[in-house]
Formats: sequence, C-alpha cells, structure tokens
Amino acid sequence: MLSMEVLVASGIGFVTATGIYLLLRGRTFPVVLGLSLIGYAVNVFIFAMGRLWTNAAPILDRGPNVADPLPQALVLTAIVIGFATTGFIIELALRSRHDNGTDHVDGKPEKPERPGGER
Amino acid sequence: MNFADQLPVLPVLLPLFTAVLLLLIGDADAQRPWARRVALASVLLGAVFAFRLVEQAATGALTVYRMGEWPAPFGIVLVVDRLAALMVALTAAVAVPVLVYATGGWDAHGRHFHALFQFQLMGLNGAFLTGDLFNLFVFFEVLLIASYVLMTHGLGRDRLRIGTQYVVLNLAASALFLIGVALLYALTGTLNMADLALRVPMVAAPEAALLQAGALVLLVVFGFKAALVPLAMWLPNTYAAASAPVAALFAIMTKVGVYAIWRVHGVIFGADAGVSALTVQPLLLPIALATSVMGVVGALASHTLPRLIAWLTVASVGTIVAAIGLFGAAAWSAAMYYLVNSTLVIAGLFLLSELVASQRGPMADRLEPCSPVAQPLLLGLMLLLAAASNAGLPPLPGFIGKLMLLQASSTHPWAVAVWVVVLTGGFLTLVGLARAGSILFWSVRPEVQGTRAGSSPRLLAATVSLIAMSVLLSVWAAPIQRYTAAAAAQLMDRDAYARAVLPEMGGAQADTVRPYRIPQPPAPPPAQPPTHVTPGPR
Repeated sequence: MLSMEVLVASGIGFVTATGIYLLLRGRTFPVVLGLSLIGYAVNVFIFAMGRLWTNAAPILDRGPNVADPLPQALVLTAIVIGFATTGFIIELALRSRHDNGTDHVDGKPEKPERPGGER
Repeated sequence: MNFADQLPVLPVLLPLFTAVLLLLIGDADAQRPWARRVALASVLLGAVFAFRLVEQAATGALTVYRMGEWPAPFGIVLVVDRLAALMVALTAAVAVPVLVYATGGWDAHGRHFHALFQFQLMGLNGAFLTGDLFNLFVFFEVLLIASYVLMTHGLGRDRLRIGTQYVVLNLAASALFLIGVALLYALTGTLNMADLALRVPMVAAPEAALLQAGALVLLVVFGFKAALVPLAMWLPNTYAAASAPVAALFAIMTKVGVYAIWRVHGVIFGADAGVSALTVQPLLLPIALATSVMGVVGALASHTLPRLIAWLTVASVGTIVAAIGLFGAAAWSAAMYYLVNSTLVIAGLFLLSELVASQRGPMADRLEPCSPVAQPLLLGLMLLLAAASNAGLPPLPGFIGKLMLLQASSTHPWAVAVWVVVLTGGFLTLVGLARAGSILFWSVRPEVQGTRAGSSPRLLAATVSLIAMSVLLSVWAAPIQRYTAAAAAQLMDRDAYARAVLPEMGGAQADTVRPYRIPQPPAPPPAQPPTHVTPGPR
C-alpha cells in the first residue's frame, strides 16, 4: 500500500519536474508559471522536512506527539518572499515586454518578419 | 544594557530605518537634496559602526547578539567574528564612495535609488552578520530584491531584458537554497550555524549521503551567487548592463556567495565534520581554477570596458575560492586579503569605466579608437594602478594577496595547477587591461569630436578614493595580514565559536530545536509512535 510519504514525495517530484520544464521555455509567461510551481513544490518540501504527522498537536503540549512547528514557520516566510518576488517578476516582465517589443529570452521579435512586407 | 551592546545589530537596523525615512521623504526633484544628505549621513554613520565592529573583533572577542534575548539554537543570533566584521567594514568602504558617485547624477535617473541602496546595504550587512542559515536566506532575499530594482535602475531596453533574466535565475537559485536548507534541517534538527557545526559530524553513514547532497545543493546556490563556473554566465551581461554605481556596489554581492561558501562548506562541512568532512573539497578547487581561467579568457575577448571588468570580477572570484578550496589557515588568510583588495579595485574600475566612457565621444565604453579623453593623465594613472593591482604586480596589494596564496598552496597536491593558473591569469589580466588602456588612451583619433569637459570633482573623488583604499591595503599590509591570519585561525576554531554562541550548554549539543526525537538506527523504536505515519526516517 502506498504510504503518505510516497504520495507526497512523488507529488513534489512531479510538480518540480513540471516547473523545471516550464522554466526552460523561451517566453516569460511560462517561465513565471514554472517559478511559481517550483515555489509550491519547495514549500511542500520544507513542510515535509518536519516529517509527516497525523493526530499530532500542532504546537508543543504535554502529549507525546507533536508536529514540528519550525518548518511551518519557515514555509510561511518562504511563501511571503515567493509571493512578493513573483509579483515583482511579472511587473518587470511586462515592462520589459513593453519596451523591447518581445518577451523572448533571446530578444527575438514577436513574429518572424515576412519578406513580402504584409503586416 | 548600553549602546555598545547593541552595536552588532546596528549595521542592519541603521540602513533599514534610513530607507524607511527616505521613502517618507520621497524622491521628487525638490526633495532630492535632502534624500542625498540623509543617505550620505547614514552610510557615513554605518562606516563608523563597521569600523567599531572591526576594532571590537580585532581583540579576538566573539560578540553574539541574541535577537529578543532568545537563547541560541532556538532564537536567531548575530555573530561578529573577525571575518564578519571585516566583510561589514568592506561593505561600508565600498558603499560610501559609490553613494557619493551616485549623488553626482545617477540617483536622478530612476525612482527611489537611495532607499533601495539602503535596503541593499541592510541585506549585505545582515548576510555577513547572521549566525543562522535560514536567516541568511532571508537576508539574501532582502539584498536580492533590492538588487533586482537597482539592476534595472535607469531603465532602457537592455537593462530590462537582462534584468528579467537576472531575476528569473535568482528566483530559481532561491528555490534551491530553500531545498538545501530544508535538507540540512531535516537531518540535524537545527539551522543555527554553531549548532550545525556540532551536529553535522553526528549524522551517521546512511543519512550522511542525504546531508552531503544538501551541502552540494547549497554549493550550487552559493556558486551561482559568487559566479563560479559553470554558473558564471549571467554575471558579465548583468554587470555590464547595470549603471556604473550599481555595478560597483554589486562588486561586493558576489562576495556574499563566497562568504556563504566559507561559512557553510569551509566551517560547517569542514575538516572536523565526521563522515561529511570536506564534502566539497574535491570539487571546489577545480571549479575555482576553471572560473579563474574563464574569467581571464572572457576579459581578453571583451569588446567593451564594463564587460572586461565584469569578467575580471569572475576571475577574482575564482582566485578567492581557489584559496578557500585549499582548506588551510594560511590560504584562508590569503583569500581574505585578496577578497578585500579585489572588491575595492573592481568597484573602482566600474566607476572609472563610466568616467572614461563619458569623456570619449561616440565610441563611449567600446574598445575602439576614438577621440582622446579630456583628463588622460588622471584617468590613465587610475587605470594603470587598478590594472597592476588586479593583475598582481608588486608592490600593489593584488601581488601581496597572490603571493600569500602561492605560499599557502606550495605543499598542496594541486600546487602546480594553482601556480600555473594564478600566474598565467595575472599575466593575461595584465595583457587584457594593457590592451584596453592603450586603445582608450593612446590610439586616439583626434579628428573625432569628443568632449572637452572633464568629469566633475565629485565623481573623480569617489573613484580615486576606491583606488586609493586599495593602495593603502599595500601600505598597511602587515597589520591587515595579521588581522586576516587571526581571522582565519578564528574561523577554524569551531569549539570557541560553539562556546560563544551556545554558552548555556558549554558548547556541547543539547536537545535539538525539534520537539520530537528521531529514533537512531541502533536504538529500539520509541514505545508509542502509532500515530506517526512511519516509524521515522530511515
């Protein structure tokens, strides 16, 4: 039977793989999506590094089972930073797209210019 | 509780509050004179704090500042040892002239330059002072976010296009940083650097592989920030596209990566780290030497002066990391000395490149014959001094740093490789800069209409002061070398560091931050784990 660890680990792996694929695209929008997906995967990864618990108190009490609160705090910080930087990269990418007329990583023009001169 | 007790946190708080004040002042043209005064006063005060810290650290004292008085492995600490104080002082030494230069006009080319500059300083100082790995990540982000905006300061197509790439790459690196930090936490239960140094040796064989994987992930991250081969390709584009004062400030940003490699891979995964000892040693030296070679080759192939200097930044990082990769007190001392010098020289060169470009008419910073510059003697002399220092000609500090490195490597098995790379690299650097200098100053075409006007005294003074500081390193070589030697010895003394940071435990390891225990493989499983999904990590 599949344990929760296997499910979470393969989930993180799949999301990361998707994120890396998107990160390697040439245009900004898929890249930003890829960064967000990697960010989500990393957040779950940090969370899982405090081990996976069920029926455990979220914070220290007298009982024997306590989930680790520190990775949760770390994830919170990472989420905030990731959110801010994603907002910034979107804004920057839009500005760059506007000024350069293209958002391709190599600065290629939006559409290949046609020799016939139409459009 | 007096003022001196709060000194370690001031290099972080002062830029923060100054930045907030600057945001309140605003950046309209009418307010700019006030913003400039406040920013300059703040960096000067910051420099005073930084040099007080060096003075304090020079006595050998390890100052530990606990945030909110929380004891060490549980709360975040700032630790001032000789190396951290040196780096904070170096940041201040670069920041003051660069800010003076920026007030000469660059700060008016975009919005909120001064506030962002202060945030960048806050991130830099915090990264150098913190004693906690996750806190290091946070300060990395602070300085990076400020650098994203500073990088695009002045706008323009190239800056925006390359700025976008720079941000994407750094965000990907930040994700890796988090993975590395999380792996370290999962296996040791702590993120405090002193505590990590005690716990990493205790991680036994099967888990140690995962721990070393975490260390190598962190090497990728720090190597990216420091611009080590094969992750150096972003740097020349970025630095060449940034405005001159920003590029000069960025000269210290690669050193944050170097510093983090030092703390994590040099000390935590150092010689005493048990199974995980010297995890990166087989990689670090070859990578660093390759970086040095690539930096010099890139410098020779550059068509513009800023790109040439950016490649020299890569080459100098290679030399510093090679010295760290030798894993010895003498080599580390050489690395510190060379790091201080190369940062000052490269910051000076970036400022100089813009002065030269502004006096050269249509060719600007391209390395092609053009009209003569208006102040050939002053600019030429500065380029000569900086070039000679960077290439390592006596009696300039670059020579002293490289000599210390060569001496330290003489008994190392890789000695021949280090000698060949450092000496050939120095020679080729000299060739590259001599070629640039002769094109810029000698192969002039008087018929091209250039500018008659020289640069403003403020810009010249800022540039001269950076080069002059580098020369002073040579004049005061003996005391500085004593300091760096002591700093290297202090860095290697993990026990003293642990005793200072974890005084309650007498430097021994107590319980981890984790509220539960990871069952050790030989120990029987705990009596009541039924609610835990698995019996714990293998």
